[in-house]
Amino acid sequence: MALAKRIIPCLDCDKGRVVKGVKFLDIRDAGDPVEIARRYSDAGADEITFLDITASHEGRETTVKTVEAIASQVFIPLTVGGGIRTLEDIRTMLNAGADKVSINTAAVTNPEFVRQAAEKFGSQCIVVAVDAKKVSTEGEADRWEIFTHGGRKPTGLDAIEWAKKMVSYGAGEILLTSMDRDGTKIGFDLALNRAISNAVDVPVIASGGVGNLQHLVDGVLHGGADAVLAASIFHFGEYSIPEAKQYMADRGITMRL
Amino acid sequence: MNNVAVIDYGMGNLHSVSKALESLGNDVRVTITSDADVILSADRIVFPGVGAIRDCMAEIRRLGVDAIVSEAVAAGKPVLAICVGMQALMDFSEENGHVECLGILPGEVKRFGGSGVLFDAEGERLKVPHMGWNNVRQMTGHPLWQGIDDNSRFYFVHSYFVEPADHSQLAGETEYGHRFAAALSKNSLFAVQFHPEKSQHCGLQLLRNFLAWDGQC
Repeated sequence: MALAKRIIPCLDCDKGRVVKGVKFLDIRDAGDPVEIARRYSDAGADEITFLDITASHEGRETTVKTVEAIASQVFIPLTVGGGIRTLEDIRTMLNAGADKVSINTAAVTNPEFVRQAAEKFGSQCIVVAVDAKKVSTEGEADRWEIFTHGGRKPTGLDAIEWAKKMVSYGAGEILLTSMDRDGTKIGFDLALNRAISNAVDVPVIASGGVGNLQHLVDGVLHGGADAVLAASIFHFGEYSIPEAKQYMADRGITMRL
Repeated sequence: MNNVAVIDYGMGNLHSVSKALESLGNDVRVTITSDADVILSADRIVFPGVGAIRDCMAEIRRLGVDAIVSEAVAAGKPVLAICVGMQALMDFSEENGHVECLGILPGEVKRFGGSGVLFDAEGERLKVPHMGWNNVRQMTGHPLWQGIDDNSRFYFVHSYFVEPADHSQLAGETEYGHRFAAALSKNSLFAVQFHPEKSQHCGLQLLRNFLAWDGQC
């Protein structure tokens, strides 16, 4: 009898198609985000995150249609991220059926945007994506900085202070990605995750670096994560969602089984 | 036709609850509206809500939704209130200072952890908002629980919780640092703090039960 930790598969989409490939053997259309989202929901995913990497304006209209289609068929929470820059963008996504939006670059360029968004739509639907990279050197105390543009552009912002600021501005949840670990499959940056989780009152989703199920367990037990987000380990069929949930539950973590 | 009116007072995402209801049968017709005549002529009514209570209550009063809900409840029409919709039914909320609510159900709305920090029984700090899947203990044998196992998990996302004054109205209870009302019931009114439209099988079953409910309990 307790709140369960969440597993959140993440779909990266471009012009309404899932990229970074999903390799389910028995899926009809591996690029169709609606079919993939439904599959994950049926398998017991606790939420779905839909990350839109479409650059063009026309492409974004496709994204709205995709979000509508997912929300019409998948009855678990849906977060939409990527290119959320204005209150109108948020309204469009919420009206399309998203439950939460994830704000990334726009929060860095204009922190007031987060405050306005939370006041207008409520903190419960405002996730701030925090992309952090370790900047301290060997022997120094750990220090992480916020990076934008896929980890290429430093901002000079201290990650822990930034996360606290975003929560004070109304963020209802933090999606924390270690840019050092993203794509490496060596596990979350647990020290980073623990530091941010301790610093804020709101839930923290750990992201970046998952390569096996023990990494998910470590994220919760040692990183203090309230939820774990992963893409490739699920997309490529290395592990299924039920397998991941059982593995975590067997190690004493409260899960929705 | 099973006509369902989802009350629209301009506060956020009504798409999900409409689509979830529509997915449950070809004979289900959902209308998203603030028109009193349309709402009161529907077979059943969903009273949703997201966001901050002050803004919700302002719109509820401006559009006369308060009178519509009271009339529907008095007429014995099945009404399902969800999340902030449930909170709006109470006497008042601590959110945004102090906001007077509809007073249809006795009780108040408080913040998890008050102005401080929330802890569980083991002394572990709990995050606020209460976000995710938690167990709901069924306190009554209500028709809306039919086919749903006791202690099933539903999806919650809220920082404020309902403390009812009349415990006989408690239909479901959840624990997050302490026990709080996950569901309240009074005659043809059923109110839930969680989001059935986002709670997969259990949530859809509750909505299915609501679509079949005659308002008696």
